[in-house]
Amino acid sequence: MSINVIETNGLGKRYGGTWALRECSLAIPAGHVAALVGPNGAGKTTLLNLAVGLASPSAGGVTVLGGRAPGSPAALDGIAFVAQDAPLYKNLSVADMIHLTRNLSRRFDQEYAETRLGELGIPLKRKSGRLSGGQQAQLALTLALARRPRLLMLDEPVAMLDPVARHDFMAIVLTAAVDDGVSVVLSSHVLTELERVADYLILLSRGRVQMAGEVDDLLASHRVLTGPALEADRYAERPVVHVRRAEAQAHLLVRATAADPVPPGFQAHPVGLEELALAYLREPGAAALPGPARGRHAEPSEVAK
Amino acid sequence: MVIDKGHGSAGGGAGASPVSGPRGPGAPIEFRLDAGSGVPTYLQLVHQVEHALRLGYLKPGDQLPKVRDVVASLAINPNTVLKAYRDLEMKGLAAGRPGQGTFVQATLSQVALPELTTLRRSLSGWLAAADQAGLDEDGMVALFTSALRDFYERRGGSRARGGAASGETEGIA
Repeated sequence: MSINVIETNGLGKRYGGTWALRECSLAIPAGHVAALVGPNGAGKTTLLNLAVGLASPSAGGVTVLGGRAPGSPAALDGIAFVAQDAPLYKNLSVADMIHLTRNLSRRFDQEYAETRLGELGIPLKRKSGRLSGGQQAQLALTLALARRPRLLMLDEPVAMLDPVARHDFMAIVLTAAVDDGVSVVLSSHVLTELERVADYLILLSRGRVQMAGEVDDLLASHRVLTGPALEADRYAERPVVHVRRAEAQAHLLVRATAADPVPPGFQAHPVGLEELALAYLREPGAAALPGPARGRHAEPSEVAK
Repeated sequence: MVIDKGHGSAGGGAGASPVSGPRGPGAPIEFRLDAGSGVPTYLQLVHQVEHALRLGYLKPGDQLPKVRDVVASLAINPNTVLKAYRDLEMKGLAAGRPGQGTFVQATLSQVALPELTTLRRSLSGWLAAADQAGLDEDGMVALFTSALRDFYERRGGSRARGGAASGETEGIA
């Protein structure tokens, strides 16, 4: 399977005079749990809405599931989208929500939905609005997965959940990835958990793509060099992403692999995903992408298990 | 520091029974994660399997936890588990059986138990002497690590199975 579940080319969206997203070119290959990361207002929701077909581009183009138009019947069948804050009809019972979703979907696995809700102890007769926050999120997720999508898109799915509910929610998402090979794209500004959950990262900042690629590749192509502050500027010719400097000591986040030589007097350390993402988010001007956002990651060999 | 990092807190958990005890259903070990350790998730899984092999919680023929079960209980990316199992396969410690799962292939306890006890006793003697001389725990670890490195360097780089250690100290001279 070498398709891209989302592919954009110069994609832009303008609301009034403001660009919510611009010149966005990326390709997210199938078979990943991809995290869309960025500060509030970076364009995460806009990108997801464009991919689902809830909004139309002001510039450029976007396709889903290997070249299909967002909003086309094939795209709608293959994609499940859970918008922010688990949108449900609060006055409908859980059973009615199932009924409604089944009638609105070409494919719906009723048995799956009821079994899952039973396991979660969510009563079918209760009104959606009276479920706890965690249960509402689980209900929205169950309805989405019962449509048996090939791509599951989640907008800030765990932002409102407590740690246990968050863990349980992500466990279901990731289990679906194992069981059914569902590709997942989720937006988040909770960086800490991403390292365990995501194996593909897209960093958005001020409406632009700052970094995109497989997490392993991104981590392998960055190092932190720690050494004397006086020497730090000597390595300015290296692609330095971010510098943290004290009187005597400096930490340089550079684009370098483990094979690259370490400057004398410096120590090289591997970098974690959170540290890497933070460094880029603190340097919105670090425009260079570690790898080409398009093309390279569409290689099938990377996707195959 | 290096010797025990990632191993010390690892293992089959308090509930897992050693070799002799009766085995319940399911996999013999269960993984746990230490988010604050700074060790990549897949390496933590690898270390815990190696640790369980050294201590006899796992024997050749035992099945490692199923990828799906690990994903469901830890909420981690499936590719992380696959990467850990691939790593163990490359080390010759585990082998995948199509449609069944991943099974332990080899053991890491190369030395018989009586011999281990003797070695441990002589090490205890050394520790007592080091303590007597005023070395604290970190000092002992540093000295041991340094002596170990010299030992293998003198033997011409034929390092012991040290994937774990080299992964963590990478680049730190």
